[in-house]
Amino acid sequence: MTQQFYVSPEQLMKDRADFARKGIARGRSVVVVSCREGIALVAENPSPSLHKIGEIYDKIAFAAVGKYNEFESLRQAGVRYADVRGYSYDREDVTARGLASVYAQSLGAVFTAEQKPFEVELAVAEVGRVQEADHLYRLTFDGSIADEHGFIVMGGQADRVSEAVAAGWEGELDFAGAIRLALAGLVADKETTTLPASALEVAVLDRGSESSRGTRRAFRRLEDADIVALLAEEK
Amino acid sequence: MQETTANRVAANATSSFTEHLRRERPDLMPFGQAPFNQLPGAGQAAQPATPLQAPHGTTIVAMSYAGGVLMAGDRRATMGNVIASRHIEKVFPADQYSVLGIAGTAGIALDITRLFQVELEHYEKIEGTLLSLDGKANRLGAMVRGNLPMAMQGLAVVPLFAGFDRPAGFGRLFSYDVTGGRYEEQEHHAVGSGSMFARGALKKLWRPGLSEEDAVAVAVEALYDAADDDSATGGPDPVRQLWPVVYVVNRSGAFRVPERELAAVAGRIVDARAVAQREA
Repeated sequence: MTQQFYVSPEQLMKDRADFARKGIARGRSVVVVSCREGIALVAENPSPSLHKIGEIYDKIAFAAVGKYNEFESLRQAGVRYADVRGYSYDREDVTARGLASVYAQSLGAVFTAEQKPFEVELAVAEVGRVQEADHLYRLTFDGSIADEHGFIVMGGQADRVSEAVAAGWEGELDFAGAIRLALAGLVADKETTTLPASALEVAVLDRGSESSRGTRRAFRRLEDADIVALLAEEK
Repeated sequence: MQETTANRVAANATSSFTEHLRRERPDLMPFGQAPFNQLPGAGQAAQPATPLQAPHGTTIVAMSYAGGVLMAGDRRATMGNVIASRHIEKVFPADQYSVLGIAGTAGIALDITRLFQVELEHYEKIEGTLLSLDGKANRLGAMVRGNLPMAMQGLAVVPLFAGFDRPAGFGRLFSYDVTGGRYEEQEHHAVGSGSMFARGALKKLWRPGLSEEDAVAVAVEALYDAADDDSATGGPDPVRQLWPVVYVVNRSGAFRVPERELAAVAGRIVDARAVAQREA
């Protein structure tokens, strides 16, 4: 016969949080940087098809670290939420705030009610007409939500990467500068000083997508060749 | 137990927005709802003797040209003998490489267009790749088929679909019937009340290997001929500065032809007809 032992709620939550934190720290980092031209999302990801960064809606992107199956299901749920909302109201009525709050509720529900918490950390980014109107939300495994300013670093040795990015961040950066900065952050906890383009996943939310590309969909994934060309530009 | 969980996950994994909507929010679907005579509170006697009066969109023409396909639509919607709208637009980009035009009940057609646009974008975001052109054409066929109960009540929607097949390297054209039947068309096609006249004009005006500029002129002239004989099709309107809506789709994507260009093309056609001093 099995004996049920009493576990205090504090201990239970602490165990769950430690479990999730460990899972997230095992992965590699993702950096999201707001800059003059828009928002750059940079991840260290050797796979060309299993993405950590994705498009949610016209002005909204998603980035995640942790277990692929868990954040992929959250990404798809986010796309469905945004598309249904945009279809039933209007495209303008889909906001990062609404999406982030839905994510926070689902992560919170999973953290308390399911067998195991999600080992993921998410960023929801929305590009505005001007840089002051950009929104960056960080969502952690327990459903906490934080409104960040300037940039977000998640996963891996987030503290060290974050320090490196914070040292170089300024609002006037262009995409090349922002990606270079994110790259400098990503190598902060490594022996090497650079990463090949094939080991990077880079996407941007273009602030001026309507005027420059004639589309309201601001999200654009950069190919390896684009990344190399951007990084090679004059500093 | 594991088996059923896996099955459930697989069954719920869909890349189709329509399928998701049908499952989660059936009230938002433009079709597939109870026909009027089955609405709660309506007996069989509620079946109207005359069909419901609703705005109808009219003529759409499409054709291939050297390097792609083109689609054009007039700007009129009619309700019986009344002009319901002079400004309506009936040709839309479906995604980056395809366009669709709609004839039939305007309200349902506009909703189907919106659903189709979201369907394609949704697939692209979930899967990370574009749907094939045949895949897109089939999805549209399924939507038209879904509207069959409404079509039998007199609220039919008949689209025309055109896109650039990137792997094949040329533009393709698809027409539909009210049951969702999908037919690939060669060279050119037209749908809507003025389509007979437009098609007659296209037969004389279209030729293989048209340049983009010439194709735009041919499309505008075909619509002019349709408007000449069909009261439900609107011709170019210099008083209100209204011109047909024209989209071209080529290797680099779908683009709307600017108003300025269309004004010049329509002006040339009207002038040529005036100079000819003939009855038709």
